Amino acid sequence: MSVTTSSLDTPIGGPSLARPRLRAWAFWVTAVAVYVVLRLLFLFTVQSGQPMFPAGDRGFGQAVDAVLPAQAAVQFLLIFVVGYVLVQTIVSATVEGWRHAKDRFMTSLLTVAMVIAVLPLVSVLVYTVTQGVVKLDGYFLSHSMRAVAETDPNGGAYQAIIGTLEQVGLATVISVPFGIMVAVYLVEYSSGRLGRVVSFFVDVMTGLPSIVAGLFVLALWVLLLGQGVSGFAGSLALVILMLPTVVRSTEEMLKLVPVTLREASFALGVPKWLTVVRIVLPTAVPGIITGVMLAVSRVMGETAPVLLTVLGNPAINFNPFSGPQASLPLYVFSEVGQSSDNAVARAWSAALTLIIIVLVLNLIARAVARFTRVNG
Amino acid sequence: MAAVAAFLIYQAIPAVSKDKGNFFTTFTWDPDGSQVFGIGAVAFGSVLTSVLALIIGVPVAVGVALYISQYAPKIIARPLAYVVDLLAAVPSVIFGLWGATFLVAHMVPLSRFLARYFGWIPIFSSPDNIFGKSVFAAGVVLAVMMLPIVAAISREVFVQTPREHMEGAIALGATRWETIRMTVLPYGRSGVISAIVLGFGRAIGETIAVALVLSANYSVSWKILVPGGNTIAANIANRYGDAGSIGQGALIASGLVLFVITLVVNFGARYVVRRGAKKAAA
Repeated sequence: MSVTTSSLDTPIGGPSLARPRLRAWAFWVTAVAVYVVLRLLFLFTVQSGQPMFPAGDRGFGQAVDAVLPAQAAVQFLLIFVVGYVLVQTIVSATVEGWRHAKDRFMTSLLTVAMVIAVLPLVSVLVYTVTQGVVKLDGYFLSHSMRAVAETDPNGGAYQAIIGTLEQVGLATVISVPFGIMVAVYLVEYSSGRLGRVVSFFVDVMTGLPSIVAGLFVLALWVLLLGQGVSGFAGSLALVILMLPTVVRSTEEMLKLVPVTLREASFALGVPKWLTVVRIVLPTAVPGIITGVMLAVSRVMGETAPVLLTVLGNPAINFNPFSGPQASLPLYVFSEVGQSSDNAVARAWSAALTLIIIVLVLNLIARAVARFTRVNG
Repeated sequence: MAAVAAFLIYQAIPAVSKDKGNFFTTFTWDPDGSQVFGIGAVAFGSVLTSVLALIIGVPVAVGVALYISQYAPKIIARPLAYVVDLLAAVPSVIFGLWGATFLVAHMVPLSRFLARYFGWIPIFSSPDNIFGKSVFAAGVVLAVMMLPIVAAISREVFVQTPREHMEGAIALGATRWETIRMTVLPYGRSGVISAIVLGFGRAIGETIAVALVLSANYSVSWKILVPGGNTIAANIANRYGDAGSIGQGALIASGLVLFVITLVVNFGARYVVRRGAKKAAA
């Protein structure tokens, strides 16, 4: 046994302290091998009437009721993933040792978690689009549900779109100036106790369940003050939900405005309020717009508070200040509660309309954030 | 916040004082008829579905956060984070619609499988072999809905792990997973805990999705695969339409309970976050 230690750059041939590492091709080979073995097993068991993963009542050894080809494929994929991860870990453990095997195992596990997290989103979007396009047309967008029975194939969501836009618009008009003022106070003026308390409560309000906001408006505005249900009551509930988001995002943006800008303004003798209005806010505007749009897209999909305060209405009501109105999420909720296929189809189309509006707002917000970033 | 509590209490008192049962332990809900009602069943349902959602959602969410912050190459980390955030932008009523018409049907085989081979564990037992709008399905929908919050907060904490800690671990010859276990996870623990608590708050307050996915009843049962179950929030949404004056007051009272629960949960989470932030600054 001759140990060659003479040359540093030629360790080949000498005993190494490290265990050998697997190359990338080893995992491809493993994957293909696992696939082939499982496929053969599957073929064999299915042919003899014994599926590996029965979906039926009667368990192993019996025919399976209602296993669709798609379901069978998904089941096979699941089994393949589990099998591959196990075999890969074993291979890695025998060649590289347990520590590396554990590393590879966790890597696979986390990757699988990532895939699992993305699946529902894809599923929701694909399913909504395929179900929603059936009825989504000009007629649906321009007609209300007045005098339409639940089993009728016609009917539309015009009144709901109007309602949603009015309610969310009113909520935005109220909460944006107010939220920006609170944020300016927190960043520019507050010092000490009051600021800390306010910001803490803003934090806690973020977690307020939307239905509690609805109940609050119901208790105060509708029942106690006797104002009755209206689109405006819904707007008030949405304001409660929007406010913390607007305050929080505006605050973040104001903090990003460089101190040097403020100091330059002060050095020129500009008073503080003018500095805030003319220097700080304009610099932060793109970020604030993004935050507001995200808040808007979030409350647009809120159903629970609207259910309690706006009530829903099959006919068109342009006036948000009196009488029940409709709203898109509420429309979805009430239509899906009916057993008729036509009602459920309308619910899907309304859902698709809502998702399109929300996603467009979201994309605009991200684009505004990207292209008008504050330099500093 | 005080105003919210005050007005809810003000509207709730007349109804609760007319309650012929015990408001906290009665399982039935009949405020306008026999005036016997209580939040026993719905409160139990709320906690059960939310805990189930945590059990399903948290491992995935933390895995996602680790993957995005530690494993994914920079180029795909950003889009992935964006996609997960997008999940938070989907309105809850659409999750409910998807859950009720798509997920419930597709979970039947899985439920059957669980009931058949794990039925000896009490929570999986299903005597009648009927599956569908169960607590299990609601738990899955809630897990999907709270995933983005838990993942986003965890990710932010994981990213803040001091570089020196990680480099130290790598210098000692640790594999990537060992580095994560020794530096990232201990550092991010308090952040992850508060993320979980916030996710719980979100899940317990979720209304419409649960109202659509569950077939409401007022029984208390551990059998998560059997159709049924209810939550405080879903109960409000379902019963508001046919509620009389006492019924409305009773629903407001149950909303007050929900409000208190989420308030306590949020206070706790924020406290943990602040303490964690102070520790990191020191």
